[in-house]
Amino acid sequence: MKRNKYQRPVIDLGAERLKTSAMIASIAGADQRTKPAPFGHALVEVAKSRPDIVGLTADLAKYTDLHVFRDAYPDRFYQMGMAEQLLMATAAGMAREGFTPFATTYAVFASRRAYDFICLAIAEEELNVKIVCALPGLTTGYGPSHQATEDIAIFRGMPNLTIVDPCDALEIEQAVPAIAAHQGPVYMRLLRGNVPLILDEYGYKFELGKAKLIRDGADVLIISSGFMTMRALEAATALEKDRIKAAVLHVPTIKPLDVETIRREAAKTGRLVVVAENHTIVGGLGEAVAADLLRNGITPNFRQIALPDEFLDAGALPTLHDRYGISTDAMTKRVKQWLSR
Amino acid sequence: MTKAGHNVSLADRAYHIRRHALKMGEVQGQGYIAQALGVADVLAVSYFHAMNYRPDDPEWEERDRFLLSIGHYAIALYAALIEAGIIPEDEYITYGGDDSRLPMSGMAAYTPGMEITGGSLGQGLPIAVGVALALKRKKSQAKVYCLFSDGEIDEGSVWEAAMSAGSYGLDNLVAIVDVNNMQADGPSKGILNFEPLVPKFEAFNWHTQRVDGNDIDALVNAFDAAKNAPDKKPRIIICDTKMAKGVDFLEARERNHFLRVEADEWTKALAVLDAGRRA
Repeated sequence: MKRNKYQRPVIDLGAERLKTSAMIASIAGADQRTKPAPFGHALVEVAKSRPDIVGLTADLAKYTDLHVFRDAYPDRFYQMGMAEQLLMATAAGMAREGFTPFATTYAVFASRRAYDFICLAIAEEELNVKIVCALPGLTTGYGPSHQATEDIAIFRGMPNLTIVDPCDALEIEQAVPAIAAHQGPVYMRLLRGNVPLILDEYGYKFELGKAKLIRDGADVLIISSGFMTMRALEAATALEKDRIKAAVLHVPTIKPLDVETIRREAAKTGRLVVVAENHTIVGGLGEAVAADLLRNGITPNFRQIALPDEFLDAGALPTLHDRYGISTDAMTKRVKQWLSR
Repeated sequence: MTKAGHNVSLADRAYHIRRHALKMGEVQGQGYIAQALGVADVLAVSYFHAMNYRPDDPEWEERDRFLLSIGHYAIALYAALIEAGIIPEDEYITYGGDDSRLPMSGMAAYTPGMEITGGSLGQGLPIAVGVALALKRKKSQAKVYCLFSDGEIDEGSVWEAAMSAGSYGLDNLVAIVDVNNMQADGPSKGILNFEPLVPKFEAFNWHTQRVDGNDIDALVNAFDAAKNAPDKKPRIIICDTKMAKGVDFLEARERNHFLRVEADEWTKALAVLDAGRRA
């Protein structure tokens, strides 16, 4: 959308305004169960038996939940200042010497600014650095400077890098020891602060590299990652009212992709396949799934729920999630439309 | 008109900038209020003493460019742009809201008078180098002012720009650093020790001054010197400011990078500001 900054907006003094808190807050709904700082607490737990783990950040400890680790292990914490290239190269240096650095910043800064440093200093040498980044996709209303809508597209092209996009607090808690145990570089998208807790209701267990069918259904298969799995589960419940049976296949590891499970589920006949992701429609999970299915002769009816290929607006998150089609309501509506054709 | 208003004192301009910022802060209940209050005197001197511009023509070719690198200081610049007559005063109520021209982080496409999209810190000064080179190519007399922060100088790109500006002798570039000693994770000097700043920039071949950024007379002298110095060097004014300057109970808050202010405290903050003006 091309905006005209010389067009004065209509000012409705009576209008209800969504506040900043809605812009930077967690993605949790008002009455949703949450857990505080699951990444920070999980890292503290793993680090008890792993003296090789160190924490580094670029002036964002407080905003990536790494402050929990900093407060528990002050002598294992390195504040690198607001310098993301330095952060990544320093982590590489420490990994060379046998440590396992967890380096945190925002997803925009890791993917855009520090890419070359991650690529050559870390990934090319397969060093054991865990890059954990807050504000993935559309999880802030600050506008393009902070919205990492293309981080997965950027990182998918980097050889050796494992990419994880967890759904909720439970999955973050389980993913942290898993990526710590994994040999090699990992990029993990982080939900921070009060993070929704839902997957415990489904008896879910995270396994690095594995997609998990969370619910089954005969009409539509929703393949999703990150918090879009939470939305997919909510949409699946909403679709029941219209007697639409939705399966949800959660794919927390985007690279390497669990192609066996995805092919198996997508090949079941008669289902619409919808990939839902908190990411631009370009180069994310949707295109990764589409390409693999096509290469293997599996051609279901295929749709994507993803962010548009554009720089997104600033504003309150609930407004923006509706506007760009990744809210539960917007998602439910579109699935219904696709099935009614 | 090349300068907005000679009849209103700069202290009064700073007071109004602080007031506009508090009004916007109240709309959201929280935000980068302390930075806005701290940098208000610097903006008052920039917009009402140093710079040439036309409020009714924000893209006037001969204007001095003001590049806000620190996108989260947008609230401060909006306040200055309101005071300068570039943004209508009643628009403050839209601050940070959906479809507002005043988003939380400053962006060129949204706001008249906002030259660049800031917020990915470390980009403002390198862009300013490009604008300064371009203005020289165009034989323009306009100057480039670039405001960035003490936390931001952690970024390597700032020093790449500093070296190139010194190397090119960009005497049409005026960098302004707001040293308020506060960044996201805490007091800036505790994050990385960036001092001593003056010898660093001198070593990079800059005309360097350091002033109390809440002392308007000192700022006027510094901006005049930056404009008039014969040196073929880029100019930098390092401004030591106080977070939340002018509202004592907010100044006293230890962690004020992103201030949360209770609903009833805004009236109190405005009253404290007003009392300070009368005193």
